[in-house]
Amino acid sequence: MNLAIAFLLVPLAGTLLIPFLKVNGKGIAAFSLLFVNALISGYLAVQSLQGDAISFNFPGSYVTGTIPIRIDALSGWFMLIINLVFVTGGFYGLFYMKAYKWQANNLTLHSISLLFQHAAIVSVCVIQNSLVFLIAWEMLALASFLLIIFEHEHIATLKAGINYLIQAHFSIIFLMIGFIWVSSKTGSYDFAAITAYSASIPATASFMLFILFFIAFAIKAGFVPFHTWLPYAHPAAPSHVSGMMSGVIIKIGIFGIFRMLLVVKTDFTSVGYLILIVSLISGLYGVMLAIIQHNLKKLLAYHSIENIGIIGIGIGIGCIGIGTGNQVLSTLGFAGALLHTLNHSLFKSLLFYAAGNIYQATHTMDVEKLGGLIKKMPQTAALFLIAAIAICGIPPFNGFVSEFIMYTGLYNWLSDASLLPLLAAIFSTAGLALIGGLAMLCFTKAFGVVFLGSARSELPHSCKEVPFLQLLPMYLLAVVIVLIGLFPMNFINLLSQPVSLFTGSVSLDLNPAQVNAFNAIQPISLASWILILLILSVFIIRRLVMRRHKISTGPTWGCGYVAPTPKIQYTAGSFVRTYSKLFAPFLLIGKHEEEIHGVFPSEGKYHTHPYDEIEKLLIDSPLKLNKSFMGRFLFLNNGKLQFYILYGVLFILAVISLPVISRSIYSFIEFLKQL
Amino acid sequence: MLSVILIVLAAIFFTGIIIRTKSLASGRKGPGILQPIWDVIRLFRKGVVYSETTSFVFQIAPTIYFATVIMAMLVVPFGQSRGVLSFNGDFIFFAYVLALGKFFSIIAAMDTGSSFEGMGASREALYSMFAEPAFFILMGSLALLSGHTSFHEIFAALHIGSQISYALAALATFVLLMIAMIESSRMPIDDPKTHLELTMIHEVMILDNSGFDLGLIFTAGYLKFAIYGALIVNLFIGVIPFQYAIPSFFAIQFLMAVSIGLIESFMARFRMSHNPQFIVALTSVSLLIFFGVLLILQKFM
Repeated sequence: MNLAIAFLLVPLAGTLLIPFLKVNGKGIAAFSLLFVNALISGYLAVQSLQGDAISFNFPGSYVTGTIPIRIDALSGWFMLIINLVFVTGGFYGLFYMKAYKWQANNLTLHSISLLFQHAAIVSVCVIQNSLVFLIAWEMLALASFLLIIFEHEHIATLKAGINYLIQAHFSIIFLMIGFIWVSSKTGSYDFAAITAYSASIPATASFMLFILFFIAFAIKAGFVPFHTWLPYAHPAAPSHVSGMMSGVIIKIGIFGIFRMLLVVKTDFTSVGYLILIVSLISGLYGVMLAIIQHNLKKLLAYHSIENIGIIGIGIGIGCIGIGTGNQVLSTLGFAGALLHTLNHSLFKSLLFYAAGNIYQATHTMDVEKLGGLIKKMPQTAALFLIAAIAICGIPPFNGFVSEFIMYTGLYNWLSDASLLPLLAAIFSTAGLALIGGLAMLCFTKAFGVVFLGSARSELPHSCKEVPFLQLLPMYLLAVVIVLIGLFPMNFINLLSQPVSLFTGSVSLDLNPAQVNAFNAIQPISLASWILILLILSVFIIRRLVMRRHKISTGPTWGCGYVAPTPKIQYTAGSFVRTYSKLFAPFLLIGKHEEEIHGVFPSEGKYHTHPYDEIEKLLIDSPLKLNKSFMGRFLFLNNGKLQFYILYGVLFILAVISLPVISRSIYSFIEFLKQL
Repeated sequence: MLSVILIVLAAIFFTGIIIRTKSLASGRKGPGILQPIWDVIRLFRKGVVYSETTSFVFQIAPTIYFATVIMAMLVVPFGQSRGVLSFNGDFIFFAYVLALGKFFSIIAAMDTGSSFEGMGASREALYSMFAEPAFFILMGSLALLSGHTSFHEIFAALHIGSQISYALAALATFVLLMIAMIESSRMPIDDPKTHLELTMIHEVMILDNSGFDLGLIFTAGYLKFAIYGALIVNLFIGVIPFQYAIPSFFAIQFLMAVSIGLIESFMARFRMSHNPQFIVALTSVSLLIFFGVLLILQKFM
C-alpha cells in the first residue's frame, strides 16, 4: 500500500519539478521518474505473476466507497509488458525529442503527460472500483491526447488528436452505461458486485452487459469496425509515442476484455464465437488495408489492427474452450493470446522506433520517396528486418511461437464432435494462414521499398544512422524478440498463472507432461536452433568456397538497358498493384491520373490515395447526415450579438415559466378529474 | 532419416527427367538426366558478380533460402519411418519455415533495384499468399480424418478405405501437386524457360544471382520439388512395408516428373491475371476435401 502511494506521488512530484528544469533536464527527469514508477509497479507485478495476488483497499471517499486494489497475475502480466515498452520508449524518446529542443513549454507538457499516462495505464490494470476505474481511464485518454498532439502546429495532427479524443469518449460512454447499470442494481462500485450481479441475471442480460464492455474496450483496442481513430493517431504522434500507443495503449483494450471475461459471468461459448468472428474480420481487414498504405507509420498502424485481430482469435477460442469445457483449447487460446500481446508490443514498438529513425534522417514517411536506406542506416535496417520477420509470424522469432500456439489450439479444436465448431475451426485456420500470407506481402513491401534498392528521391545530405544510445532500447527489444523465439518454454511458464485464472485449474496444467498440446512448444525451440545452425553452417561453407573464387561487382542487370535510373525501380504502388486489383471490392483507392499524350509528350501523373471503406460508412456518412440536419438550424447562428442576448432572455424566461406552466397544467388536469 | 536420403536421391534425377521428357516430346534427344546437377557443380566452382545496388541482404538470402528448404525436408516423414524432426504441428512449422525462405528471396530481389526483379518479387509474394490457406485446410482435413497433428502420425494413420477416400486422395494429390507447381514456379503458373523477363516469376527474381549463390538456389528448387513429391507419396504408402514403399516412392516421383514434362510440353502458361483465380480455386478444392472428410466421419447429421 505504501508502494502504491509512492507510485501515485511520483507523477505529482514530476508535475512540480519538470516545469522548472532546463530543456535537457526535463527529459532526463521525466525518464528517471518513469523508471522509478516502472520499478515499483514491476516489483508488484513480478510478485503477482508468481502466484501471490496482492490486494488491499484504499478507504476512498463518500462518493466512491472503498477502492479495492487487486493485483492478480493478469494485471501482473500486462504491467510487465507496459513497463518494458514505456521504459524503452521513454529512453528512445529522450533522443528522438532532441530535434524539438526549442519548444521548451511543449516539452514540459509532453514529459508530464508521459508520466501521467504511465500512472493511469498501470492504475487501470489494478483498480477494481468502477468509478475510480473510469477516472483512471479518462486520465489515460487525456494524457494520450496530449501526447498525440505534440506537433500541434500541423492541422492534421490536431485533427487526429481530436478524432482520438472523441472516439475515446465513445468508449467511456459504453463503459459508463455498463457500470451504472450494475451499480444502480447493486449499489456497489466494486467489480466483485458485477460478478455477483451478472451471475444472478438471465444469460441474455449478462450477455448484453458483456457486449457493452466489449464495445468499450474494442474501441480502445481497435477492433474493426471501431478502429478508425487508430490510423490517424499513430502517424500523427511522435514516434516513441506511436510505439507506446501501438505497443500498450491499444493493449489496454485487450486487457479490459480479459478482465471483463473474469468479472462478468455469462455464456462463454457465444461470447467466444462473437469475439472470434470480430477478430477474424479485424485481422483480415487490417492487413488488407495495411498493404495499400504509402505512409510507413499508417501502414504500421493498420498492421496493429491485424495483430489485435490475431490476439482476438486466441481470446475467442479460449472462451469457446471455457464454454464447452475443453480445457486444452482454453489453455492454448488464452496462452496464445497473452503471449501474442507481449510479442506484438515488442515488435510493433521496435518497428515504430525504426520508423522514427527514418523520419529523423529523411523527414518523410512516404515510402515512395524512400529507398536504399540500408546503406545509410544499416543498424536500423537490420532491426527493422528482425521485427518484420517476427511480425509475419515466421520462425525462428517470437511471432511464430504465439501463432503456433493458436494453430495448435485450432487444430486441437478439430477433434470436437459437432459440425459448427469444425467449420469455425477450419475457417479460422484458413483465415489465420491468409493473414500470415498477407502480412508477408505487406512487410516485404515495406522493407523492400524503404531500405533496399536505391533512393527514389533526393534524400537530405544529413541522412545517416542515429546515435548508438538511441539504438540501445531497440537492441533490447530485438534481443527479447529473439529470446522468446529460441527459448519459448521459459516465457510460456510465466504464463501459467494468468492462464489458470481463466481455466480455473491449478497452474500445473501447463506442465508439458500433463497437457500434451504443450508438448509441441519444446520441439519448436529445438527446430529453431537447428534452423539457425543450418543457416550458419551453410553460410560458413559458402564463405570457405567463395574465398577461392573471384568476387566482382557490376551494375544490376537491366535486360540490356544500360542507363537505368532509380525512377525505373519497382515502387510500393506497383509492388501491390496486382493485389489491389484483386481485392478492389474491399478497398477504397482514390486515383488521380493524367495520361501522357501528344506527339511531344507532356508530363504524366499518377496518384493514389487509399481510404477506408468502413470509415466512410460508419463515420463519414453519419457525420454528413448530422451536419445536413444541423445545418437547418444554422440561421440561428447569425453572428449578431442582439440575437444571442435575445436567445439568452428567452431561455431564462422559459426556465422561470416552466414551473408555472406545469402547475397550471396540473391544476387543469385536477379540474378535469373533478368533472 | 530414410525420407531425407530418398528425397535427396529423387531430387538428383527429378529435374533431369522433366527436361528429358520435354526434349523427347519436342523431338530432340536432350541433355543427360544428370545435367542439372552438373550445372550446379559448375556454378559452385564459379566466381560471383554482385550488383553495386545490393546490400548484405542479397548476400545472405540464398543461404537462408537453401537452409529453410533443408529444414523443411527434415520434418517430412516416409510412411512408417518418421522424419528427422517430428512433433505435433510440424506441418505448421514446415509451411512457415518455407515462408522464411520466400521472405528472403523476395527482399533479395527487391535489393537489386531492378524493376524486373521487383515484378517477380511482387508476384511471388502474392501467389504464395494465396497458396497458404489451401495447404492449411488440406492438412486440417487430414488431421481431422486421422485424429493426429503431425506429418508422421497423420500419414501413418491414413489408409485408403472407401470410395470417398479414393476421391479425397486424388483431390489431395491434385492440391499438393499444384502447390508444388506454385512453390517451384513451374507451368501452368510460371514458365521457367520463357525468354521474356516480363513473363517470369521465379526466374526473374534471381536474374542477378550468380556463382555459388545461384547454385544454392537451384539446388533448393530441385529439393523442394522432391519434398512435395514425397508428401504426395506419403498419402498412399501409410501401412505398406518398405520393400514395396521405396520402389513405389521412386515410381511416383518418376511419374510426377514425366507428367510435369508432358504438361509443360503441351500446355501454355496461364495469363498472369488468371493465376490468382486458379490459386484461389485450389482453396476451394481443399475445402471440398474438408467436406469429404466430414462426410466420411458422418458429421452431417
